[in-house]
Amino acid sequence: MSTTNKYHLDYLDQLESEAIHILREVAGQFERPALLFSGGKDSITLVYLALKAFRPGKFPFPLVHIDTGHNFPEALDFRDQLAASIGEKLIVRKVEDTIKARHLTEPTGKFASRNALQTYTLLDTIEEFGFDACIGGARRDEEKARAKERIFSVRDEFGGWDPKRQRPELWNTYNGKIRKGENVRAFPISNWTELDIWNYIRREKIDLPSIYFSHEREVIGYEGQWVAVSPFIRLDPSDQVETRRVRYRTVGDMTCTAAVESGASVIDDIIREITATRTSERGETRIDDKVSEAAMEDRKKNGYF
Amino acid sequence: MDLLRFITAGSVDDGKSTLIGRLLYDSKSILADQLEALEKQSRNKEDGEIDLALLTDGLRAEREQGITIDVAYKYFSTPKRKFIIADAPGHIQYTRNMITGASNANLIIILVDARNGVVEQTRRHSIIASLLNIPHVVVAINKMDLVDYSEDVYNNIAIDYAETARTLQLRDVVYLPISALKGDNIVDRSDKLAWYEGPTLLELLEQTEVEKDVNLTHGRLPVQYVIRPQTEELHDYRGYAGKIVSGVYRKGDAVTVLPAGLTSRIKSIETGGREVEEAFAPQSAILQLEDDIDISRGDLIVTNEHPPRVDQELEVLLCWMDTKPLIPGNKYLLQQGSRVVRAVVKEIAYQLDVNTLEKNTSPGQIGLNDIVKVTIRTATPLPFDSYSSLQANGGAILVDETSYVTVGACMIQ
Repeated sequence: MSTTNKYHLDYLDQLESEAIHILREVAGQFERPALLFSGGKDSITLVYLALKAFRPGKFPFPLVHIDTGHNFPEALDFRDQLAASIGEKLIVRKVEDTIKARHLTEPTGKFASRNALQTYTLLDTIEEFGFDACIGGARRDEEKARAKERIFSVRDEFGGWDPKRQRPELWNTYNGKIRKGENVRAFPISNWTELDIWNYIRREKIDLPSIYFSHEREVIGYEGQWVAVSPFIRLDPSDQVETRRVRYRTVGDMTCTAAVESGASVIDDIIREITATRTSERGETRIDDKVSEAAMEDRKKNGYF
Repeated sequence: MDLLRFITAGSVDDGKSTLIGRLLYDSKSILADQLEALEKQSRNKEDGEIDLALLTDGLRAEREQGITIDVAYKYFSTPKRKFIIADAPGHIQYTRNMITGASNANLIIILVDARNGVVEQTRRHSIIASLLNIPHVVVAINKMDLVDYSEDVYNNIAIDYAETARTLQLRDVVYLPISALKGDNIVDRSDKLAWYEGPTLLELLEQTEVEKDVNLTHGRLPVQYVIRPQTEELHDYRGYAGKIVSGVYRKGDAVTVLPAGLTSRIKSIETGGREVEEAFAPQSAILQLEDDIDISRGDLIVTNEHPPRVDQELEVLLCWMDTKPLIPGNKYLLQQGSRVVRAVVKEIAYQLDVNTLEKNTSPGQIGLNDIVKVTIRTATPLPFDSYSSLQANGGAILVDETSYVTVGACMIQ
């Protein structure tokens, strides 16, 4: 009995080991990988896992941020500090520049989101640096199209995902062979849930941007959600700006991420709230997913992460 | 808290998606907004019941056709365990997708429709479970509500299936009567099945012991990546990074690097950035060795007890997964662990009939989802174990040299 206990791995250890294995497979199989970093908790966790996978060596990939220009300033500061503190290379490419260079049309409306335009900047960045694999922090529990995607997801030269032609993916053997023009999106934390991420952050004492914790913010109410007042959203006369204690459950653009009302200022409180909540992460905080049942599937087919 | 990965298999209308929906629903893993979306879509609204099957089909094409095409992964946990469900398609044309989901599973739930009993699909799914060596099999006899919860019906199916299990040498088979639609015996016990005294499905999933399935005797670590900081203070550091797929490695252990056969001793072990005395499967680790020997990605570091075989000729049970046929004499890339070698499929000994288990020694063209016994020759020696004795080092994939698509799953014998 003692021997089985001695060699027992907790579920978080198993998930961690799986993620490290995937990160090292990317490093071993590709010439020019990159880690897509947004400043959100999932990509921060990825960076932390990469430290475990490659220290005392350097990362075999740069961190790449596709900056929509609509990010939370707290997340951007955190991004810069983290990259500096671990001494790894950070590449930032701005959606703003792509819009100008390619004469793209900005979406309009109350919450005009550049979420879809990110894909253009991402594909340009992939081409600029010749990236053959991009590591991302997508999780399968987030959304039903993501639930179907392989860990190594082969994308065509338009970045497109073809859900009907996915390669079989057996055991822990990831086939990263690609033809010219194709690239791979690799998802090391595919099998983690939102709660797993929070429990891991708590266990490993990982630092997060302050907006994940309770703070006062000027918001407007919109269809039952709280949206931060920022230069990127249109305020209408009917909007009532009020100050509330909120925190963010996910961190995306200020235009498409909603806050939740919360007094949770430490991780234990956040985990308690998430455990008790009856709404999913994307449902509670993402304005962009509500458009249609297949919103994510369509975006992925068009090259989105 | 530990982790259990399981797959559900069943024919088209056996209620597989309903079962998963029911597990998630009754274990309170479905959140309010997901439920709301579900209610909106439920097709059979007139009877007021939610169509739980809609929870699992993630692609537009699947929702349109009402079938599962590819594996979807679902997650839930109880205070005892975290569960990863591979919801896999049952159709024969999507067998390769089912194999994707089954390859990592600790347990398979095989659904049998109580009205139909053991059918061809049941046998095919059981053969796949046996081929892939899934350690635990749960035969869930579903739709008991449609046979008046009859104990006799249940017993007859169990007896019938036991025959299949014997032929396939399935090791751990458990039976239980359920109704996924009505929620009988999934999470909650049912008065209507009072004659059944065993655990509910969720209890079974929580209780099945999986820790013992991890091999802790045969040390196998495929080197994925060599860490060389090349800084002043770590000038001589060469860390061999990889996931221990089986066995235990201790500081000071004598090890051999295969296929070259070079030997050394373990100087240090790190896991998660900390130096440790020992590391074990399935941990990811970094080993440093006493001697400066040539090791790179693709090499296998093994402990000296129970060494693997090293050979260029492999006997393989091959599941073909490409729409283009298998052509004997063709060259492929064989990927096993972190190693990729060129390989040629030499000859086909027989084709296995996945419905009858008969061996056809003069098969015609081998196409999608066919299972054949072949001899494969590799360009360089490969260190391997037999899949049935050490799954972690006995499985490999074949990759087409020109399209780079994964075309075959190899279970080395």
